[in-house]
Amino acid sequence: MSLQTTALLIVLAPLGGAVLAGFFRNQIGRVGSHTVAILGVALSFALSTWILIQQIEGTLDTVNITVYTWMVVDGIRFQIGFLIDHLTTLMMCTVSFISLMVHIYTIGYMQDDPGYQRFFSYIALFTFSMLMLVMSNNFLQLFFGWEAVGLVSYLLIGFWFNRDSATAAGLKAFLVNRVGDFGFLLGIAAVLLTFGTLDYVEVFGQASSVVDQTISIPGGIEWNMLTFICVCLFIGAMGKSAQAPLHVWLPDSMEGPTPISALIHAATMVTAGIFMVARMSPLFELSDAALSFVMLIGAVTALSMGLIGIVQNDIKRVIAYSTLSQLGYMTVALGVSAYSAAIFHLMTHAFFKALLFLAAGSVIIALHHQQDMRYMGGLRKYMPITWLTAWAGTLALIGFPFFAGFYSKDAIIEAVANSHRWGSDFAYFAVVAGVLITAIYSFRLLYMTFHGKERFEVVHDSGEDDHLPDGQLAHAPKESPLVVTIPLILLAIPSIFIGWMTIEPVLFGGWLEDSIFVLDKNNVLAELGEHFHGATAMATHAVSTLPFWLMITGFALATLIYMFRPSIADTIRSRMPFLYRLLDNKYYFDEFYQKYFAQGSVGLGRNLWNKVDTGIIDNGIVNGSARVVEWVAARVRRWQTGFLYDYAFAMIIGLIVILAVWVAMVP
Amino acid sequence: MLTLAHFLTLGAILFSLSVAGIFINRKNIIILLMCIELMLLAVNMNFVAFSRFLGNLDGQIFVFFILTVAAAEAGIGLAILVVLFRNRQTINVAELDDLKG
Repeated sequence: MSLQTTALLIVLAPLGGAVLAGFFRNQIGRVGSHTVAILGVALSFALSTWILIQQIEGTLDTVNITVYTWMVVDGIRFQIGFLIDHLTTLMMCTVSFISLMVHIYTIGYMQDDPGYQRFFSYIALFTFSMLMLVMSNNFLQLFFGWEAVGLVSYLLIGFWFNRDSATAAGLKAFLVNRVGDFGFLLGIAAVLLTFGTLDYVEVFGQASSVVDQTISIPGGIEWNMLTFICVCLFIGAMGKSAQAPLHVWLPDSMEGPTPISALIHAATMVTAGIFMVARMSPLFELSDAALSFVMLIGAVTALSMGLIGIVQNDIKRVIAYSTLSQLGYMTVALGVSAYSAAIFHLMTHAFFKALLFLAAGSVIIALHHQQDMRYMGGLRKYMPITWLTAWAGTLALIGFPFFAGFYSKDAIIEAVANSHRWGSDFAYFAVVAGVLITAIYSFRLLYMTFHGKERFEVVHDSGEDDHLPDGQLAHAPKESPLVVTIPLILLAIPSIFIGWMTIEPVLFGGWLEDSIFVLDKNNVLAELGEHFHGATAMATHAVSTLPFWLMITGFALATLIYMFRPSIADTIRSRMPFLYRLLDNKYYFDEFYQKYFAQGSVGLGRNLWNKVDTGIIDNGIVNGSARVVEWVAARVRRWQTGFLYDYAFAMIIGLIVILAVWVAMVP
Repeated sequence: MLTLAHFLTLGAILFSLSVAGIFINRKNIIILLMCIELMLLAVNMNFVAFSRFLGNLDGQIFVFFILTVAAAEAGIGLAILVVLFRNRQTINVAELDDLKG
């Protein structure tokens, strides 16, 4: 099988599954649709793994193939092609593996849903889009994948379209992403303007020759072209990877079913921005200003979003804010040129965050769609597998030594510490403080959900689950079925081991050397590599570092507050009402956008409607012309007396005038 | 001695009389028709005068045509007038103002 066929199969198999499950849902039924979708994604995963194995063995070099040329306009080629190097393969394997797990999990989670087949169609379509995005070898296809994942995200957030909140959240995600995509499109246009091509290899090859090129931006300022390109591209990444201030859509996207929260809003789609910046490293490396911008945005996101996580009560929203915070970490890593560390954290985070979301979903199934943690507690004895896997995911998330998250997060923190970029002190503070915050909200979630007293009661007198008040259940919670727990276990394994296994090749062994370009002066990871003596040594050494003790502090605080003295939380809340309100309202971002952008555009629209449309067009042009005709006619009609002699007079006068003119014109 | 100018003056006077008749007459539509006939006769007078003084018979042939047309016109006009009177019970011009805007 040629490589081109393989690459095509990898992307087209999920698409085929999506088409079959979507368009023929009534013909093939529920079982048929989940079978084709799962088979498609499984085929993608198997082939991706096959390519990965070949690359590990060294029998496969970087592949850059063009499959189809769409059109050639003025020498610019628009084409579909695949660039398969180590970075791509890493992403392909991660995406297809997590997608496969989520597909299997969905069988259990969505079993009672009338939109079962539609859901499978969407998530398979999502897998196709994401694979197109990561495997692309040009900006056009990247943009296609970028928009396609945005579209599927919209469809899935609003999956339960008869809920107002879900459709609103879908719309919000779509609109906020449009803001980012606008920047992204500008960036691609600037790339086309500067380099005259959209092909990655050609663009990166010419990057160093345009370092001194500038562009005039409004205001008469000359700006470095590469900085402009990178900032524009990164604005796209801010939308897709939910960085402040474009993060507002991600927490709301929790309105969608839990499997897609795991697949799209934790593990894969939101990482597209991180992946894109890493892919564009040859451009970003040449612009210190853009990298500083990236780093600061990431630092702000990592710190501020984690803080919100502490006060949220919805189990999925806590994890969503955790995702935002972790995406901030990745962005910081990109900003300090530690692209490999960002990709590494992306991969480990994908596993444990998908795990945490799916575990939360398992809890939600058991509690009949109760998501509020205030009505949970003590679930560990009802659902031991979910409990244990959630522990694994939590330990990985907070960066406990030997767990996956530890390696990636520690590498990022160390990289930031070694960086000399402008603003890296603040970024270092943000990521280190983030460790403490992560530990607090993670254990808060774990304790409030699985430990402590049960804050729900089982009432038997009613068979209707949906109409019970909060905190009451018709049946005792029980462990979820195998289709749910097996993906949890399969995700827990890499959440524990993947960091330990892969840190050496990915970060220090040059696995990503061909894909990622780092200038020597920025190469913080190389400095770290000099002190790296194996994954085990790194973990044992952690005991003497600040982040480890901060994490332990966070653990201790959370244990004290949420296990033994819940009153402390209330005391803190009442002592600092301002801080609590600020966090509870998510820094008033939504209100701000609502007031200025949403109301602003509504106001603008209303003004355009009232003043321009009704005022100028309707009243001015349309009715105005009618009124002019009316006015003229009202005067002209007086000439129409209806008397025969007047008409005859007019005719004779006319005849005389014509004769006079004729006589005057004859020489 | 009668010259061409005398005949042309007579034609012009007849024509002016008929035009004045059209404007000044505000009552009777029959007078209107008569004025139009008079107008045609004034033209005929010119034709005959020119024919006589220029020694060309074409003008007199034209006069026959015009008289024929005038007769037909008078016939149609009177017919319309009869129908009009049947419908409106009046032939007063001042009351026939349906075209008034």
